[in-house]
Amino acid sequence: MNNDFEPIIIGFTCNWCSYRAADLAGTSRMKYPPNIRLIRLMCSGRLDPTFVFKALANGADGVMITGCHPGECHYLEQNYKALRRFHLMRRTLQGLGLEPARVRLVWASAAEGAKFAQEVTSFVEEIRALGPLHWGKAGKQSSVTSDQSTEHSSLMTDHSPKEVPA
Amino acid sequence: MTANAKPKFAMYWAASCGGCEIAVLNIHEKILDVDANFDVVFWPVAMDAKYKDVEAMEDGSILLTLFNGGIRNDENEHLAKLLRRKSKLLVAFGSCATEGCIPGLANLSDAREIVTTAFNTISTDNPKHIYPMTSYDVPEGEIHIPKIYPTLRTLDQVVDVDYYMPGCPPESHQIAAVIDLVIQVLQGKAELPPKGSVIGAGNSTVCDECKRTRNIKTIKSFKRIWDIEIDPELCLLEQGIPCNGIATRSGCNARCPTAAAQCIGCYGPAEGVMDYGARLVSAFASVIDSNDPDEIDRILDGIPDPTGQFYRFNLAGSLLKAGKPAWKKEKV
Repeated sequence: MNNDFEPIIIGFTCNWCSYRAADLAGTSRMKYPPNIRLIRLMCSGRLDPTFVFKALANGADGVMITGCHPGECHYLEQNYKALRRFHLMRRTLQGLGLEPARVRLVWASAAEGAKFAQEVTSFVEEIRALGPLHWGKAGKQSSVTSDQSTEHSSLMTDHSPKEVPA
Repeated sequence: MTANAKPKFAMYWAASCGGCEIAVLNIHEKILDVDANFDVVFWPVAMDAKYKDVEAMEDGSILLTLFNGGIRNDENEHLAKLLRRKSKLLVAFGSCATEGCIPGLANLSDAREIVTTAFNTISTDNPKHIYPMTSYDVPEGEIHIPKIYPTLRTLDQVVDVDYYMPGCPPESHQIAAVIDLVIQVLQGKAELPPKGSVIGAGNSTVCDECKRTRNIKTIKSFKRIWDIEIDPELCLLEQGIPCNGIATRSGCNARCPTAAAQCIGCYGPAEGVMDYGARLVSAFASVIDSNDPDEIDRILDGIPDPTGQFYRFNLAGSLLKAGKPAWKKEKV
């Protein structure tokens, strides 16, 4: 495994709980890896799965979705919606060959700065172990036309000429 | 002589099934308008022409090219680039060219697997395991066949595209309307829409055209159309049938839901939708009536292949473009 690999993690936080948990972790001077880039949403229910797919397509190695604990949503039930989307999204990404662990759902209340820091730490380590995703690179490669044929010239010719043992 | 004065028309198929060509012929007598107004210079399905004839044409000399099919091999790519150069208006015609369609689902597997499946599985009679070679020496000289690419790409991932016309295939009344429009433009009676527009389709969703009654949706289980007796009036999704109409572009007059079959999404993402599958994930998850993780999982088991359900037509054109096995092999 490449030890130089620093995972790029996109984290979505909700305005009322998990963002404040991150804030608390910061003001309490708790340490957690700087690999996570936080994006604040008003609610985890705002999380359109498009955000996650776009993050993965553009170079993120993992995505962490965070929100208020079940039953504590500022908008009553929207974190349950996030939960259902998370489940379906994970199944869809699995169908695309992606490791399900690359997307994680975490509940953190405004008081759980320590839990937030610990979840980020364990997620970064888990993604580090999984290795880089490089989906963005593949996407770019797909849009570059000139080198595609040369790069893959071996594709059909490396089936040895005419006859291949079963 | 008179024929040469008419604007030139071309149609080409790359990685596609040929359904788009049939859809064009399905415009019935309107096809005579095509002949009256255009000089058909290149259309491999309908007439004999060689690639070198196209190569000999002046750049930009074809007014309108309808290009259907995705870019799966180097021949597709060569023709896409060639026709781009020779055409004033290049239209990505049909689902394959706009978003990959069914051939795009092959992006879930790596190309070697695809070739192996095609030439060496139980259903194939190939006892000597003969595989195609991109070049091969025969007494008459060296012969070439196109080289398959690791992933299928949409037309606009390879060349600049002027217009997009979705559908698998595009509905014939929509094709007729587009041909009418181009003829009116030629006669100076209308103007072309801005470059990059989606033509021959609506700007809304299939639900908007669907006549079924809609209420608040709450789903306790997903069902297949053969599992239940379908209420002829009620929204299919409300009945638990995973209908893709909510995220799919209008333009087909909601044909499938009207006939009690769920929309499978052949008209592609609705206006403003960046990733069709993600939008459907969002919508389907929202209507599930449960807050219990285990029950949610049980309900979701009712969609056995979510990737196929959400990306049947759109994989190559989606944000992720391909499954991991396909692009991981890109560097091999």
